[in-house]
Amino acid sequence: MLSIKDLSVAFKTRKGEVNAVRGISLDVAKGKTLGIVGESGSGKSVTSYALMRILDAGGEIRTGEVVYGGIDLRAASERDMRDIRGREISMIFQNPRAALNPIRRVGHQVEDVLIQHAQATRQDANAKAIAALEAVKINDAAARYDAYPFELSGGMCQRIVIAIALACKPQLLIADEPTTGLDITTQKAVMDLVGDLTRERGMGMILITHDLGLASQYCDRIVVMKDGLIVEEGDPHKLFTDPQHAYTRKLVDATPRVGASIRNLLPPETRTAEPAHKVHDRPLLEVRDLVKTYPGKSGPVQAVKSISFQIKSGQSLGLVGESGSGKSTTSEMVVRLQDPTSGNILFDGQDIAATASARFMRHPMRGEIQMVFQDATDSLNPRGTAASAIAEPLARIAKMRGSKLNARVAELAELVGLPQPLLSRFPHQLSGGQKARVGIARAIALEPKLLILDEPTAALDVSIQAIVLNLLVDLRAQMGMSYLFVSHDLNVVRLLCDEVLVMKQGEIVDRGPTASVMDNPSHTYTRSLIEAAPQPPNPVAA
Amino acid sequence: MAARSKMILGRVAQAIPVVMGVVVISFLLTRALPGDPAAYFAGPAADEASIAEIRETLGLDEPLFQQFFYYVGDLIRGDLGTSLTTGQAVLTDLGARLPASLELTLVALLLSCAIAIPLGVLAATRPGTWVDHLCRVLVTAGVSMPTFFTGILLIYIFYYLAGLAPSPLGRLDFIYLSPPHVTGFYLIDAALAGDWETWLGALKQLILPATTLALFTLAPIARMTRAAMLSALSSDFIRTARAAGLSDRKVLFGYAFRNALLPVVTTLGMVFSFTLGANVLVEKVFAWPGIGSYAVEALVVSDYAAVQGFVLAMALLFVALNLVIDIAYALIDPRIGLN
Repeated sequence: MLSIKDLSVAFKTRKGEVNAVRGISLDVAKGKTLGIVGESGSGKSVTSYALMRILDAGGEIRTGEVVYGGIDLRAASERDMRDIRGREISMIFQNPRAALNPIRRVGHQVEDVLIQHAQATRQDANAKAIAALEAVKINDAAARYDAYPFELSGGMCQRIVIAIALACKPQLLIADEPTTGLDITTQKAVMDLVGDLTRERGMGMILITHDLGLASQYCDRIVVMKDGLIVEEGDPHKLFTDPQHAYTRKLVDATPRVGASIRNLLPPETRTAEPAHKVHDRPLLEVRDLVKTYPGKSGPVQAVKSISFQIKSGQSLGLVGESGSGKSTTSEMVVRLQDPTSGNILFDGQDIAATASARFMRHPMRGEIQMVFQDATDSLNPRGTAASAIAEPLARIAKMRGSKLNARVAELAELVGLPQPLLSRFPHQLSGGQKARVGIARAIALEPKLLILDEPTAALDVSIQAIVLNLLVDLRAQMGMSYLFVSHDLNVVRLLCDEVLVMKQGEIVDRGPTASVMDNPSHTYTRSLIEAAPQPPNPVAA
Repeated sequence: MAARSKMILGRVAQAIPVVMGVVVISFLLTRALPGDPAAYFAGPAADEASIAEIRETLGLDEPLFQQFFYYVGDLIRGDLGTSLTTGQAVLTDLGARLPASLELTLVALLLSCAIAIPLGVLAATRPGTWVDHLCRVLVTAGVSMPTFFTGILLIYIFYYLAGLAPSPLGRLDFIYLSPPHVTGFYLIDAALAGDWETWLGALKQLILPATTLALFTLAPIARMTRAAMLSALSSDFIRTARAAGLSDRKVLFGYAFRNALLPVVTTLGMVFSFTLGANVLVEKVFAWPGIGSYAVEALVVSDYAAVQGFVLAMALLFVALNLVIDIAYALIDPRIGLN
């Protein structure tokens, strides 16, 4: 149905030309799903924009041909392309909330597409738009028709985006990271929906993703891209069990999965023995009846409903839950960036909840509890160098100055594996993994006893995630820190944590040693989370 | 919709304390000005006793808050005092001159928007082309020439050299009678009266000063439109719209432009308020009987009642303007007012 031959795409930038795609060929058969897997910068999204001819300014197809159903898309007029987009080939995107016009009712956005492609007239557009919303299993579609994107959840927004894409019954759907930023159960619901709809309608699909596990579950064939080239192509199961290219092997290894240890994520040649960390019996942190209530539009909202837990000295506790479960609120209260409505937070036996969060920065225990933030880019001052980010807590809290400060910064960089020359760089000159290292170095600068990690690898590519997770394991053993690891990714939590708490709607619904909770979940919610996570086939041992 | 009208009503209610604050400040401000009104009223030949007498009749010997109550009482009755220079009630003066200024400013802004917004949109859709460069040149030229200079230049070219424009002397040439007073806006009043000859005459008088002001206000509006359009066009939802095959027209106006409108409206509000202030120079050059020249004349001769009235009128105008802008926000963007 779609055939791409020797496609290459270049972007003109201020630093000269960048070849984003360098001669790739692939085919999509009718009714089949092709996965394009690769990490950021591999050219996987650019390929799809190029075939839709919606490249950003400066981007240009250099060579190759793109043929869809006998039509040469490269030579087609802009007018013809407009009829093809949405009508024959359509796309869904990541970050669904941003992918919708924020100030237009979602029903009208569906209507726009229907009217554009003459699938509806002004008279019956409303009814057809509602039918399109019903097709993506939106409850009470007639009422949702009038909603604005900001009034809907992320999963609901993605359903609207799918409704827009499928409204005119196209033959090919391109899904560009459709579940990035969605909860794991929502991810499953969205992927199942897309899978069912494309199967029912006999549509072809291209699934673009960085998640090899997800691709293996939903695709008939997978191509692996790296630096604008296809490095390997094949059957998903075979790719996992018998990867031919070194890069595929690295990706397969780095994908967290059942049965793998944290060192298994690394390429075999760099694996060392996993250091043991010692858990003491003494509780380091004790949270008692913690409650957080926010004033809401329609009455108070209970974000956290009286939860209690403890972390032993040296222990790593995983905090798992979906958005809105209260896990981030809980971690922010523990790190003392937010004040609880009631309850105690005992750290080394002292109630630190008694000190208001606004004044906690002068509390002697400030240095003992530190945090690694979710977005490594946004949590660094864009105008400060890596060194200044790491030096900040040392200068402010430990009052370190001069050469002593510089020596400590260099030592920390060494510890987190950040090459010394990078210390003078600004965040935009660093890669995602390097920024994550800076964030970790800053958090461990004061040798805290408790480190709170809020989805520290969520924005990273899998191979970088593997390295960062291993770094965290090494640091934990080396410095005897306790971790509170907040994540929605159960496979990652399984690798890193001794015990796990599962939160839902502000309550802890399941808890216990990680292995037993994961293998024999007692609560139905935990079970649904585990089932929703993609289960990549286990590679044969290298 | 109910939530939104409730929000608008709430916003109107919020304006009330602001208006009260304005009344207090305009009162105190005038007390803080140097000079003794009693001595001024008594005239240059008066002695101590007659000044004291006048002070007593004016109520100036009473405590400040007592005076404030008199002032508020007068305000409620619509009495802003009498101007010393014109000898008329300040309210009458303002009623005659405020519409003149507003008419000039509004026409200038309409003209400015009619040029600046399409220019900004074009520049944003074709960055780096001649339209973009033209936009930049026009914007720089407009903002770097002072209004009195542009005004005189326009008079020199269109009145003196080309003879196309009527003499720059006020709102209407002496051969016309001013239209019956309804709104005070000559264009509207003449149209209401069906007197199209006067309407044309008023328009002719208006064109040069309005163009002068429009050139000056072009820059911020065009610039903001361009920037807002550029950022809207690079949004994710534009890519979705394009991938769904929507026409360029629909993408540009239905999707990008409406989203870009918010910062443009903000700028428009700011431009409107500083234009009312910048009016003074234009009004002087074109002998426009507006509120700006009135205030300057009153200030020069220490005509306190007139100054006080002017300050109050302008403050109320700004409050009303902000109200209108906030309501426009709520109408453009459904997210506002609900969070």
